[in-house]
Amino acid sequence: MTAPVLSVRNLSKSFGGLQAVSDVSFDLAKGELLALIGPNGAGKTTCFNMLNGQLRADAGQVMLNGTSILGLSPRRVWRMGVGRTFQITATYASMTVRENVQMALISHHRRTWDIWRSASSLHVDEAMQLLKLVGMHEQAERAAAILAYGDLKRLELAIALAHAPELLLMDEPTAGMAPKERVRLMQLTADIVAERGISVLFTEHDMDVVFAHAHRIMVLNRGELIATGSVDEVRNDARVQEVYLGGGTLFEDQAHG
Amino acid sequence: MKILKYMAGCVLAAGVALTAIAAQAAEPIRIGEINSYSRLPAFLDPYKKGWELALEEVNAAGGIKGRPLEIIDRDDGGKPGNAVTIAEEMVSKEKVTLLTGTFLSNIGLAVTDFAKQNKVFFLAAEPLADAIVWKSGNRYTFRLRPSTTMQAAMLAKEAAKTGAKKWATVAPNYAYGKEAVAAFKKELTKLVPDAEFVEEQWPTVFKIDAGPVVRAVEAAKPDGIFNVTFGGDLAQFVREGNLRGTFENRTVVSLLSGEPEYLEPLKGEAPKGWIVTGYPQGAVDTPEHKAFFDAYMKKWGEAPKLGSIVGYNVIASLAALLNKADAYDTETLVDTMKGLEVMSPSGKFVFRAQDHQSTMGAWVGKTDVKDGAGVMVDWFYADGADYQPSDEDVKAMRPAD
Amino acid sequence: MSFYFAQFLTGLSSASSLFLVACGLSLIFGVTRVVNFAHGSFYMLGAYVAYSLVQVVPGSILGFWGSVLAAALIVALVGVLVEMLILKRIYNAPELYQLVATFGVVLLMQDAILLIFGGEDQFGPRAPGLDGVVRIFGEPIPEYDLLLIALGPIVLGVMWLLLNRTRWGILVRAATLDREMVAALGVNQSWLFTTVFFLGSFLAGLGGALQVPRVSINLLMDLSIIAEAFVVVVIGGMGSIPGAFIAALLIGELNAFGVLVLPQATIVLAFVVMAVVLVIRPYGLLGKAETLAHSAGQVELPIRPASTLAKSVAGLLLAGLVVMPFLAGEFAIVLATDVLIFALFAASLHFIMSNGGMVSFGHAAYFGLGAYGAAFVIKYAGGSMELALLAAPLMAAAGALVFGWFCVRLSGVYMAMLTLAAAQIVWSTAFQWQDLTGGDDGLLGIWPSEWAKSKTAYYYLALVLCGGGILAMRRMIFSPFGYTLRGGRDNPNRTESIGINLRHHQWAAFIVAGMFAGIAGGVYVFSKGSIFPDEAAIPRSVDALVMVLLGGVQTLSGPVVGAGVFRLLEDEISRLDYWRAILGAIIIAIVVIAPEGIAGFIKKIAIKAGFERNEEQSS
Repeated sequence: MTAPVLSVRNLSKSFGGLQAVSDVSFDLAKGELLALIGPNGAGKTTCFNMLNGQLRADAGQVMLNGTSILGLSPRRVWRMGVGRTFQITATYASMTVRENVQMALISHHRRTWDIWRSASSLHVDEAMQLLKLVGMHEQAERAAAILAYGDLKRLELAIALAHAPELLLMDEPTAGMAPKERVRLMQLTADIVAERGISVLFTEHDMDVVFAHAHRIMVLNRGELIATGSVDEVRNDARVQEVYLGGGTLFEDQAHG
Repeated sequence: MKILKYMAGCVLAAGVALTAIAAQAAEPIRIGEINSYSRLPAFLDPYKKGWELALEEVNAAGGIKGRPLEIIDRDDGGKPGNAVTIAEEMVSKEKVTLLTGTFLSNIGLAVTDFAKQNKVFFLAAEPLADAIVWKSGNRYTFRLRPSTTMQAAMLAKEAAKTGAKKWATVAPNYAYGKEAVAAFKKELTKLVPDAEFVEEQWPTVFKIDAGPVVRAVEAAKPDGIFNVTFGGDLAQFVREGNLRGTFENRTVVSLLSGEPEYLEPLKGEAPKGWIVTGYPQGAVDTPEHKAFFDAYMKKWGEAPKLGSIVGYNVIASLAALLNKADAYDTETLVDTMKGLEVMSPSGKFVFRAQDHQSTMGAWVGKTDVKDGAGVMVDWFYADGADYQPSDEDVKAMRPAD
Repeated sequence: MSFYFAQFLTGLSSASSLFLVACGLSLIFGVTRVVNFAHGSFYMLGAYVAYSLVQVVPGSILGFWGSVLAAALIVALVGVLVEMLILKRIYNAPELYQLVATFGVVLLMQDAILLIFGGEDQFGPRAPGLDGVVRIFGEPIPEYDLLLIALGPIVLGVMWLLLNRTRWGILVRAATLDREMVAALGVNQSWLFTTVFFLGSFLAGLGGALQVPRVSINLLMDLSIIAEAFVVVVIGGMGSIPGAFIAALLIGELNAFGVLVLPQATIVLAFVVMAVVLVIRPYGLLGKAETLAHSAGQVELPIRPASTLAKSVAGLLLAGLVVMPFLAGEFAIVLATDVLIFALFAASLHFIMSNGGMVSFGHAAYFGLGAYGAAFVIKYAGGSMELALLAAPLMAAAGALVFGWFCVRLSGVYMAMLTLAAAQIVWSTAFQWQDLTGGDDGLLGIWPSEWAKSKTAYYYLALVLCGGGILAMRRMIFSPFGYTLRGGRDNPNRTESIGINLRHHQWAAFIVAGMFAGIAGGVYVFSKGSIFPDEAAIPRSVDALVMVLLGGVQTLSGPVVGAGVFRLLEDEISRLDYWRAILGAIIIAIVVIAPEGIAGFIKKIAIKAGFERNEEQSS
């Protein structure tokens, strides 16, 4: 087996007296889609924020291809080859769709200090290719402020792909979308990462999405990993079932709740 | 009521205008007047009333050599930069013969420098800064009102007579306050070589915290106090000092505090026995002042203030200048102004050829309270001519033209 | 010892006076997020009304205190009127709009008070029954001071009870923490804001009325108290009333003892303390970081390079500016030079504010620094105008480098207040460091080199420098650097998460804007021949804000149009009586009726008429 892209060991964080994340360890292989699930307040977002540099960990180790990224600022983490999308989409409202992607490309090519050339004429082809990849090329000249929510999610995906990341961190990628759209977006994501060999760690509430696309699932409860394994393993895990509504085969019923 | 007055004013103005047109077909002589009317209405409203009265009198008497005198007055809002722009406009667009006005020292200085650069005649009316005629003095600028140093010298002379040796000074912490304290120290030390200055207080201008200031002065136990604060700062200083008895058994000399602009608001709480420069209004009984006083009362229904005299004297000076000058180009005006004698409500004064300062004086006296109002008593008119530096000193201080 | 104790008591009594004013300001800010410049005007109005009432009622204790309370009530009603007629319409606009609108109220009130109460200083009677002194350790302490000392904690206590023990208070505190949440709870926000304005204005009026026995009442009270009250509110933490109390104590005692130790630097001191506090605790002593970003108002559409029509208009304008001296009179040239200078100044503010989302309430600092930098070269280095015009942007950029570092650590209104403090430091240094700057008497005799002496030659110089500066900044707005700033404004999180060090870019932008403001200042000083501290003071900063707003915040040509209109308007209406009221009314009208500004309005018309490309309407 090849070395994991992301390797997390004993990650811990507490807020005051509350242990938000305790002793979490896992590996993420190249090209793998790993879902991080758990009830509200389980510590998923805390975990995510420590990985992408927004939050300092109390203890633990996070290695990206053998290099420690724990404690780096979000922008340094990004430079190491980690892309991310937000639970609530974060795009530039006053720019066009194409310019949103161009901004990521400009940063990737380290040209943000250029004060002379016109920004919207830089990396146009690259931007259009990325937009085509997510199916947004026809809307390239529209203002991001007026996009439909699903389209914003696609745009965010294109932005996250701009610096050819090895790892994508996606926080609730389908939150706020209609069920049909969720499936389409996740399928699109799965296709792209498969084609490019990108590893993905994502959190998700929608179990249909998780079961349909995750290669592996981790379940977090009260800051602790209580189960890790394939879809079937996790689905049949007694402790997991207990956590999710205290027993029974409920994932199917819960899917759209 | 106001509206009625306004309408009456319009009718009257129209009437006057009609007669004016009939009487005077000649081209008017235009004078540009710049001042901070909106910023300092308390001082500039009486000033404006003063020059309006004088203007009316000059034109009623047939104007200047048959030509009416016209004043174009503009508000600079208290901004020096605006004053310069307005000066530009008056010179290039309004085609004024000369410029006058200004109250604040910084605006006076800005226009002084403008006059030098653009070779325009400028009579600074009210600003007190010494620099206008000395350090920044120039060929084209004259100044009417007695300067900081002149008034400080008047007070120093009286202060010397009191025998006080240990002095404390209280002055607002900006250019004017510093200049006044320096001038007073210099003039007093000339007269009383062993005078000592034991305490200096520099409250922030318009933001005095009078309690600490008064107590710091008290702690130094001086014989005499020299005060430069004015307006609201003065009022607070006086009230705190009175409360604490700071001024009892001490000589207090105070710059400008006898001017009605500053004394009137203090009402019954005006200090007693302070030696001040100022203006005793109706008490001045020279014939020329009486005429002015009565005319002013008649026109405006209130007693003139010091600003009124300054405003009146501006027009008196300019009328004298324009009557005497045989041409109205700037160079001729400047040459005519040097040594020009002017008769005014405050007596005769001269524009000195050496430094272009007028010898208009100030009234020096003591403050007192009568019928619940501050007044000046035991006053005399200090002729500005007696408080001037020597010609050598002027030469040393003033750049050559 | 007793002397220092007495000094301490004096500090306490001024702290109490300051607290009364600051606590209303802080309350209003905390709930409505309005930086209320007019608070000082309410204070002044309170003093005038109380003075007038005291004159007519019999001089009894009841009469005096009745007058004070009645004055505070009247002011409170005026405050409510202002809130309902003006502010209610612009709560959702960015901070800038409210600040400028309240400054319009300041101008209106100045002339209204002048008209009603006259221009003369008024000195009220002492408070009946409290007109003597008490000996404490042998030091005479005015009885009225002791009353004020007691009043501060009493008001603090009453406010605490109001905020913690009443339903209204709980709502107010909730609104301070999270406005949207309170709205979501179904509370009538509009009513809540009005009551907060009532109470805040009441406190301002009370503060002013209580000064009647202490100070002489004059027309400069408003702006002199507001700067100090802002210092207190910012040090204490905006929206925190206990914070305002602590800060008032700090400033009160600082003034009381500062005057003993450092009498030469009293004004600077307070602002330096404020800056130090903000560096250590960016949100003030007891303030909390803003939980929700302030509503940015209408979403802005993508910027586009100028259309053919706009380009032709700009080309025609430029051609017009080039041939203007041959057609117009000398004064028109002088005025046009002014307009060019202010256009560059406004454009430099627009650059960081509109494009970068960094609101500066103290942009005059860099204008002033540039002007002084140029003046120093002439005065102290015997340099030429050319050298001085080089020094101007350098000096301003150096100032922006230092202040910017502190400012970009904050955002929104906190950053704005820190820029204001920075400008006040520059102003007070220029005002008090007389040996270097000439203090209030300024520096004189700074005129152009021989070749640029004629008005026409200088006009062309200004056209090249200011026009060039404006075009350079416009180019930057379209560059990756400019886009990065826009990005940072739209979404700081996104910007950091695409690997950009936003703070460094913002800092650089701050320096660039300071540099161009410095050029404007340099060109200005040679056109006027002199420089005074006023050029770095609050009104100059407000001028820049008004110009940007007048032209249109979201329009690239806005600052140029705004500067032109503002300067010409000022020149015209200052010929009229009560022109400040007229200017104030115009400012308020624009903020309320045409928030998109003149250039924005023209653009809208052009789009409607089909001359300009239509953007998709936002939903």
